[in-house]
Amino acid sequence: MLVLFFLSSGLFLGWSLGANDAANVFGTAVGSRMIRFATAALICSVFVVLGAVAGGAGAAGTLGQLGAIDAMGGAFMVAFAAAVTITVMTKLGLPVSTSQAVVGAIIGWNFFSGVLTDTASLTKIVATWIICPFLAGAFAALFYVLTRRIVRRLRPHLLWDDMSTRWALIAVGAFGSYSLGANNIGNVMGVFVPVAPFPGLDLPFGLAFSGAQQLFLLGGLAIALGVFTYSRHVMGTVGGNLFKLTPQMALVVVLAQSVVLYLFASQELEHALLSVGLPALPLVPVSSSQAVIGAVVGLGLLKGGHGIRYRVLVDIAAGWVTTPIIACFLAFVGLFVLQNVFSVPVNRPHDFTLSPQVIERVGRLGLPVDGLAELSGGQFTTQLSLNRSLKSGTALDAKQRERVVRAAEVDRYLVSAERVAQDVKPGWFEPAQVAAVKDLVGREYSHSWQLLEALEAATPAWRLLPEAPRNRLDNDRLKKQRRQLLIALRTEPGATPAAE
Amino acid sequence: MPILLFKRTRALVAQIDEFLDTVGQAALLFERGVADYVAGRQDHFETHYKAIDDAEHRADELRRNIEKQLYRHSLIPEARGDVLGLLETTDDVVNQAKHTLGMFLVERPALLPGMDADWTALGATAARTAEAVVLATRAFFRDPYTVNDHLHKVYFYEKEGDRQAMALKRRIFDTDAELARKMHLRYFVLNVDRISDASEEVADRLAIYTIKRTV
Repeated sequence: MLVLFFLSSGLFLGWSLGANDAANVFGTAVGSRMIRFATAALICSVFVVLGAVAGGAGAAGTLGQLGAIDAMGGAFMVAFAAAVTITVMTKLGLPVSTSQAVVGAIIGWNFFSGVLTDTASLTKIVATWIICPFLAGAFAALFYVLTRRIVRRLRPHLLWDDMSTRWALIAVGAFGSYSLGANNIGNVMGVFVPVAPFPGLDLPFGLAFSGAQQLFLLGGLAIALGVFTYSRHVMGTVGGNLFKLTPQMALVVVLAQSVVLYLFASQELEHALLSVGLPALPLVPVSSSQAVIGAVVGLGLLKGGHGIRYRVLVDIAAGWVTTPIIACFLAFVGLFVLQNVFSVPVNRPHDFTLSPQVIERVGRLGLPVDGLAELSGGQFTTQLSLNRSLKSGTALDAKQRERVVRAAEVDRYLVSAERVAQDVKPGWFEPAQVAAVKDLVGREYSHSWQLLEALEAATPAWRLLPEAPRNRLDNDRLKKQRRQLLIALRTEPGATPAAE
Repeated sequence: MPILLFKRTRALVAQIDEFLDTVGQAALLFERGVADYVAGRQDHFETHYKAIDDAEHRADELRRNIEKQLYRHSLIPEARGDVLGLLETTDDVVNQAKHTLGMFLVERPALLPGMDADWTALGATAARTAEAVVLATRAFFRDPYTVNDHLHKVYFYEKEGDRQAMALKRRIFDTDAELARKMHLRYFVLNVDRISDASEEVADRLAIYTIKRTV
């Protein structure tokens, strides 16, 4: 029950996403009466849930890197702060994006908990926000030119044109809903993934249903509920008032938005691009509303740029800054109240030590160890406090300090026969990996890297491949398995292991 | 479901085509009817009147059915109003043709000698205008980018019809016939020419609707 209470803020975010963002996918079609609301809502709900469960891991993972929230109370407040930010800004009539609110709230948690914000992930996320509308605009212009050419070449009868546009709107809407689910489920449930309270399930035919996927299913259902209960009105507004587009233009806008969301969510596409040696786009939750506005502006520019309200673009850019700041502030205050007034733990207590073993590990990572021994007697309870000491006491740069902090984190991992039998199953891990874990039964480790080093020494199946684009897929899979194993073997269940 | 939609769309496309065919046929029947009346072939004239009466009923029936289907199934929501307006004004061309031939049937105007060719030419020009507008309307449904290729013919024939009507009226009033007869004939000139005017109204709508569809 308590779990459901903590999840409620995420479910509320999901409901609000369904109520508002479904309109970006089906609004024009429903508003212009090309598709009935009941049809649109059904298709949207089914494909949002599919996208969330099947393709949600990629974009949600990036949020996890930005700040691995390690307590349910913290995850609740982060989602709640984001939800409040969205509600307030919507009431004030300001453009707002769920993604930006969630990122701001996560950074608020990082500040409150003394956790270092992964600057690489943050840069990646912010760059994506800026790229997203431009990319949607470019796609919309391209698709529009192509559609016009095809229509002029095929010369369909007005009624055939109408029928094919209806079917295309349904197909593109389904794709858009899938992309929305895959891309935006990270916003709804991403913060709960590291503290997922649900154990993985083994399904028939060797399929596995991970705890994160169960969370995504719940989030997807919340989105679907939002679609059915509240999106009708919003769809009518979008279709009737905001965009005076022809059905074909609406089709192009939805397609462009869906492709952009898919590009920033699809692990399959990322894998395909990497496997042929092409650079892949980062998997980040982006704003579907901003993608739609980008697409409409793209069409407007294609038609000469008349009638575009450039003010809207300025408002969006302002939203990139104001939304995260407000959400960050609200999350910080909310976490303070939750922890100090309601005595709910919002983060897990941490310990960091620069023991001789840790210093030796740092040396093995190829990092300079000068000055670390002098700090070995200090007690550090947050990443930030250790980072500050490293900054003043050593010549390490920011990235090097981040790696030292991760190596210094103390945890307790016990490889018990019971845990191994329960959580280390062949469905999730390879036989060689399982065998290596079983060989370590009875041993105990105080750092995650110690356990991993022992496993790497036992079998190559646990070893990461050299950093290269062609190895990224295998390494991503392996990192997930290592993370899964650490969660299973940590003696304090539910907490988050140090990121790799 | 998709097969049902496919069949429904195919049936509706066929009905629109049949409607336009009916309008085109009515134009030809009108031309023949006027020529028969001028030549004094009363039997033929009545046969053509009966045919144009049937065509008018069929066009009405098709138009109502198409309108009903478009509304019932919420088809072409963006262009529905335009299409309904287009079908109704196109139907007016048939109505006008039937009405004018009906007047010839009932009132039996006594034509003045030496003007047969003028009456026949006026009737033919009205029919050409209607035919051109049928082609333009068909193009609107199938290939809006070619509508203008037909519209300029509509405007040309309409202007030609006005010129012919004016010339015929002047010839009528230049004779020594009784004023009542001359006025009666003028009334018929006006009514024959109204078919061109009705076609021009369709063309004016088409010009706007086409811009909307091709922007």
